[in-house]
Amino acid sequence: MSFAFYLISALTVAGGLAAVLLRNIVHCVLALTVAFAGLALLFLQLDAQFAGFAQILIYIGAVAILVIFAILLTRDPQVSQGKGMFSRTWVTGLLIAAAVFAVMGWAVLASAPALPNETSTPSVTVLQIGDALMSRYILPLEILALLLTAAIIGAVIVAMHEKVRSK
Amino acid sequence: MTGIVTPLTGYLVVAALLFSIGLAGALTRRNAILVLIGIELMLNAANLNLIAFWRYAPHPEALTGMMFAIFSIAVAAGEAAVGLGLVIAIYRHAHTTDLDQLSRMKG
Amino acid sequence: MIGKADQIFVLLQHWIMGFFPPAWQAVVGILLGVVAILIVFPTLFALSVLLERKGLGRMQNRYGPNRVGPCGILQPVADAVKALIKEDIVPFKADALVHFIAPLVLVVAVFMGFAVLPVGRNMVLVDMDASLLFFFAMGASTELAVFMAGWSSHNKYSLLGAMRAVAQMISYEVPLLMTTVVVVMISGSLSLVKIVEAQNHFSGIFPHWYVFTPWGLAGFVLFLIASMAETNRSPFDLPEGESEIIAGYFTEYSGFKFALFFLGEYVGMLGIAGLGTTLFLGGWAAPFAFLNWVPSWFWFFAKIMLWICFFIWMRGTMPRLRQDQLMNFAWKFMLPMTLINLMVAALWRFVDEAWLRWAVCWIIVIGAYVAMGRMGMRRKRIAPRRYRYAE
Repeated sequence: MSFAFYLISALTVAGGLAAVLLRNIVHCVLALTVAFAGLALLFLQLDAQFAGFAQILIYIGAVAILVIFAILLTRDPQVSQGKGMFSRTWVTGLLIAAAVFAVMGWAVLASAPALPNETSTPSVTVLQIGDALMSRYILPLEILALLLTAAIIGAVIVAMHEKVRSK
Repeated sequence: MTGIVTPLTGYLVVAALLFSIGLAGALTRRNAILVLIGIELMLNAANLNLIAFWRYAPHPEALTGMMFAIFSIAVAAGEAAVGLGLVIAIYRHAHTTDLDQLSRMKG
Repeated sequence: MIGKADQIFVLLQHWIMGFFPPAWQAVVGILLGVVAILIVFPTLFALSVLLERKGLGRMQNRYGPNRVGPCGILQPVADAVKALIKEDIVPFKADALVHFIAPLVLVVAVFMGFAVLPVGRNMVLVDMDASLLFFFAMGASTELAVFMAGWSSHNKYSLLGAMRAVAQMISYEVPLLMTTVVVVMISGSLSLVKIVEAQNHFSGIFPHWYVFTPWGLAGFVLFLIASMAETNRSPFDLPEGESEIIAGYFTEYSGFKFALFFLGEYVGMLGIAGLGTTLFLGGWAAPFAFLNWVPSWFWFFAKIMLWICFFIWMRGTMPRLRQDQLMNFAWKFMLPMTLINLMVAALWRFVDEAWLRWAVCWIIVIGAYVAMGRMGMRRKRIAPRRYRYAE
């Protein structure tokens, strides 16, 4: 448990908290990117270089930007109507989340003695990941490719103007 | 907490915290986009768990957890694209992204 | 083969490191590398700004800056002093924190990319396994900085410019990434150091750069176009189209923060030029076998300055695209071409007979280019333009 771990996880959790608590949606997204960056750093701490960089590339470079586009294409209801930013059933939601956290925290802490403590650092190169993707995990990879293609087409069709379709 | 906090436990606690924050956000916010943000946070927390378990597993060479995380990142990107496309389509139809007002099943 | 002159900076680094206790040496070594990057690339930035202003001036039949210093070579210094002593204005309605952070994020992300670029033999700050991915991860972070700048200014021109910039960068990032995948497929590594080493061979006096293969040439041209769009250079400079939206996302920035954006833009250009050089033009490898005695870092910097000169030339030559042309070009031409190029590279990798793969790959690349061009042009009536004069 190094100092860096505490620092990065504090940053990540703070980013996550800000992302769900802030009033301005664009600020929420910026806080979300802080959380994403913190998670990428945690991945790097766990010696998962490839996953960490993929995290930055995909989440900060693509998903955050996508969310921003969606925000700018829609209007924020709490700005337009001056209502609160939480839904009517926020107490229930908060209780459920707290219960989930209690259960998970209890499970993690209760199983702490059984968890492996220290292992040798795995030296996994990108080459090995590529090999695994192309041999053992080829079927998931192909299915994923299909899924992403379907997602692209679906997203375009869903978001397209209906006027264009009826032409 | 008497000094038995292993690194793995630390990561798991952070992941649990992030997951709960995401869940709370998804369940309590009124804006559909913020619900999606909460879901993204939950997915990321799961990824952190996968990577942490991969790192401290007896056989990290098998790459199972890592692969899971990579696939999950890719699927999450697709999920975000479709989800936000749906939000935009709904906004175009109902002129709001307020989930409290979007409770009708009929268009 | 490796002379003292080639390794002079590495030796210098080791010499300075020798003054410190062993426990500190690694940290000091990295710090020295960081300092070197922070000195060299801003200097090159000043140089390329001067080059751009003078070169563009010549292309437009004027002198360009020629007042400060001999032949105007101190103009960047004057510009820097001006930027530093100017008042830093933050708009009243601006989101002050985001407005302040945006240029910092941009500059930091841009400079981080240099950490993995091999600027010479043994001269790379961090030689990591996934350095190409790292470079793109940092490049993706600049998009966010651009958006932050545009949105936080609370100015509709800024926001329009930022949205244009982000849309353009996302669209061209896809072909940019896909063209580099070709190189990764052939060299079998994501490490930029290994990619350069794979190209540092000679047959006779001619080098084995990837640009001299069918897929490499196609990839190089696509990369060049995509990199121009990615750095918002003319002819893809819609995000800062002066005649339409003032200065795009940095309209509301002044003084030092504006200088940071300016720096970020040019250093980003240098970075992407360095990446392209590394991937297709052999990085620090000499262009001919008999020129191997010239230090490797010289070749790297010569190549990126050549690249910058090309950018300047394009800026002086091409008119700005329209937004729909920009998007159509990215998605209907660049992306299919990069996908075809991927297939060509796969063929190249798995066909053994030399003449066959040269012939097949060239035919596919040229055929695809011609077919795509024809298809793209089909509906456009391009005839000699008839000018109608006042009668």
